[in-house]
Amino acid sequence: MDTFVQQLINGLTIGSIYALIALGYTLVYGILKLINFAHGDVYMVGAYMGFLIAVYVFGSQASIFNFVVVLLGAMAIAAIIGMAIERFAYRPVRKFSRMTTLITAMGMSLFLEYLFTFIFSGVPKTFPLLIQNDNYNLFGEVTISTTQILIFMIAIILMLGLEWIIHKTKIGKAMRATSHNLNSAKLMGINTDFVIAFTFALGSALAAAGGVLVAQYQPKIFPLMGLMAGLKAFVAAVLGGIGNVMGAVLGGLLIGMAETFVVGYGHYVGIPSTYRDAVAFAILILVLLIRPAGLLGSNVQEKV
Amino acid sequence: MSEDVQKTDNAKGKYVLKTDRATMQFGGLKAVDGLDLAIEQGEIFGLIGPNGAGKTTVFNILTGVYEPTEGDIFVDDKLINGLKPYQISRLGVSRTFQNIRLFPSMSVLENVVTACHRHANQNMFDAIFRLPKYFRDEEEHKEFALELLEIFGLKKYAETGGTSLPYGKQRRLEIVRALATKPRILLLDEPAAGMNPSEQEDLTDLIREIRDKFDLTILLVEHNMRVVMGVCERIRVVDYGKSIAMGTPDQIKNDPKVIEAYLGD
Amino acid sequence: MNNTWIKSLIGGVIMFGLLYVVSLMMSKAGLFGFGIDDYSSRLLHFIIINIILATSLNLINGYTGQFSIGHAGFMAIGAYASAYFTVTYGTAIETAISGETGGLLSTSIVLLIAVAIGALAAAIAGLIVGIPSLRLKGDYLAIATLGFAEIIRIVILNIDAVGGATGYQVPGYANFLWIGFFAVATVVIIHNIVRSDMGRALISIREDELAAEAMGVNTTRYKVISFVISSAFAGVAGVLFAHYNKFLSTNDFQFIKSFEVIIMIVIGGMGSMTGAILGAIIVTLLPELLRQLPDITVPGLGVVKFADLRLVIFALILILTMIFRPQGLFGNREFGLSWIMRPRTAPEGTEAVGGVEGVPIAEDIKAKHLASEEDEKK
Repeated sequence: MDTFVQQLINGLTIGSIYALIALGYTLVYGILKLINFAHGDVYMVGAYMGFLIAVYVFGSQASIFNFVVVLLGAMAIAAIIGMAIERFAYRPVRKFSRMTTLITAMGMSLFLEYLFTFIFSGVPKTFPLLIQNDNYNLFGEVTISTTQILIFMIAIILMLGLEWIIHKTKIGKAMRATSHNLNSAKLMGINTDFVIAFTFALGSALAAAGGVLVAQYQPKIFPLMGLMAGLKAFVAAVLGGIGNVMGAVLGGLLIGMAETFVVGYGHYVGIPSTYRDAVAFAILILVLLIRPAGLLGSNVQEKV
Repeated sequence: MSEDVQKTDNAKGKYVLKTDRATMQFGGLKAVDGLDLAIEQGEIFGLIGPNGAGKTTVFNILTGVYEPTEGDIFVDDKLINGLKPYQISRLGVSRTFQNIRLFPSMSVLENVVTACHRHANQNMFDAIFRLPKYFRDEEEHKEFALELLEIFGLKKYAETGGTSLPYGKQRRLEIVRALATKPRILLLDEPAAGMNPSEQEDLTDLIREIRDKFDLTILLVEHNMRVVMGVCERIRVVDYGKSIAMGTPDQIKNDPKVIEAYLGD
Repeated sequence: MNNTWIKSLIGGVIMFGLLYVVSLMMSKAGLFGFGIDDYSSRLLHFIIINIILATSLNLINGYTGQFSIGHAGFMAIGAYASAYFTVTYGTAIETAISGETGGLLSTSIVLLIAVAIGALAAAIAGLIVGIPSLRLKGDYLAIATLGFAEIIRIVILNIDAVGGATGYQVPGYANFLWIGFFAVATVVIIHNIVRSDMGRALISIREDELAAEAMGVNTTRYKVISFVISSAFAGVAGVLFAHYNKFLSTNDFQFIKSFEVIIMIVIGGMGSMTGAILGAIIVTLLPELLRQLPDITVPGLGVVKFADLRLVIFALILILTMIFRPQGLFGNREFGLSWIMRPRTAPEGTEAVGGVEGVPIAEDIKAKHLASEEDEKK
């Protein structure tokens, strides 16, 4: 029982990170029907930006203020980079086929990975701990760390913030309209280019937050860290129902837990923990085959 | 009156294409509602109706694009509900599309030869090893395709890109492509759309000509009254998915229900 | 038709003459003093294996229009299945044939059996993956194939009999002539399929699936067949890679490898045979050429190794190609005399951007990827 609760807490922690990244996939897919392959790399970029601020601005000193600045700074820079990616790589190919945009996104992913490998080398960097980490005993053997509490809190705040933006602000309304039908939104006088740019900024900022948070939890950051995390977050978005914001959160949490449970309990049913990375893909394939619309998505019939 | 017609309609036997209370429901909308059709061997049958009357949906359930939510469809006496479009095509039913669907990167000739697939007599191994059978088969298809193109006056465009032809010729090419599957029943979805009056006249003649030459049964969905009245032997009028009239062109022209449906109330 | 046969025969003889001459040049003695050094020889082998990968992926992606990004998975299956066979039975079969090991006849026989096994294993995997996945379209199909390829890789990683995470030593049965033979066979077979009734059926699916169905094409069946054939040839490439490289690691078959093959056909132009071949050559060769870039000392920054930037340049070129020439170098046309002589009407100012200027090398991407992966483990 104790181990179960412990696994649950650990699963939810990593799941919250996946959820933050998955939101970016889902927002962009909702509007452009584009799988933004570079999104996982934006998460990596966010982690590195946080790293630069933490090390060069604050000299790796731990404090709540420093942490907040690092988090917001990384989010802001990532938002700008996200918009730049959209402006210079995706917008010019938007008019072409979806395959072209997909390949462009893959190219952008490689570009960021290689660029950061060139700048920072492939050797992992250790991200300074910005908030004193303590373990609290909940009951029995179950513990929760300061970092885990921090991850939950910030993830919840950001997701509520996103909900607020989408449902209570003017730009949120424009986003919903654009995702419903881009061309009609344009005809209704919505500046869809701006909405798309804003969506990229939002998604990238959330991914960067995920990057900084994960670096507090598992402090090694490296240029390819976004590859697997990005793919899994994408799976989370598909699982929840791509284009659906609540679905992305749900999917992220489920993937995080599934993974942790395979590592924790898999060996009882003959699944070694090395299959951790395969879990997400197995789930992906099951979802695609059984319910392609995802858990919370609605089925849209194709028009002939 | 229409009751009587429908009774004779449903007599079994000589009908090559028949629907029995076919219904297609999308959510709350019945695009086709209990439609009975019975098309005789060798006739040119028209299906007309105002915009949004469900004509193209009829086409789509006849060709397997949709499976009717209720009712049955027969080719000869074979029930074809739930068959895939390619299976229906193999029963000898071929079609054209209202919004032209040629293969964009193919030449005129390739478009037609591709449709010879149904009666291809080569398999993958003949092709890989370039066995004599492959060459014979390719030669036959090419000759057959050119013959068809000749009939439709498109032979000189054989090497042109299919979609770079003018609109009216693209429609003709679609008919050629449909014929290349060697069908017994040909379904034409608004073949005259976008054609000018002289092209329309040619088309009318052509439809009759190919019916006789290839021993076809033709179902025509058409908007253009001139073409329908000029070529069809019997006509069924639908509105809101339901049949409202049935008869010869003259009967239809004078049917008050039809006039009302078209002119509105 | 006899004409075609004679032409093919002559073409085949010339082709193998050429391959034979090149293989002589690769030998220690060289040919009349002309030799190919080991580095170039290795590159040439990889180019040829990549041609098999690119032309086979082109069948499903370029001609049938179904976007698969899991080619590396099928390559892995071919590689590992055949390697398990040769490691376990290779020597026994050789001695049974000629009483000794290393003979030309006996090694060739073992290799042929290995190729058959690899192709079959990959084809079966293709069938298992293809039947459920090909119901999906576009992005979803892409993601499903990617998922399957990753699962295949992780499963192999967990099979200790084929080396697991430590890698797998494989006997070097594949020589240049055989690799060349299979590349030519792949190109000819796929070319002949494409120019036949079946090929037209495949292309019609790419062009307009609904119209293809209406013309009597069983689209589901043909999608699966082309996926299976494509997978089988990926398996062949895997077999040749395994028995040339003499070492297998699951790192060779990561997502990046599938992506690399995609880049080859995208650069060359999807649905173009010559495009795929040229794409394979460019993607394999250019990163090696970019390696020659000089180091430049920038004041204040120290020495910048431009050679290290080659992968960044590569990614950039890919993006620019998509922006300025999304149809690739040749679109779906073929490169040849008629292409060179084609009338140039519109000024094609965009051409140079995605052009032959510099697409990085496949091997390099992999090396880089591996390096950082190892770092990560440390």
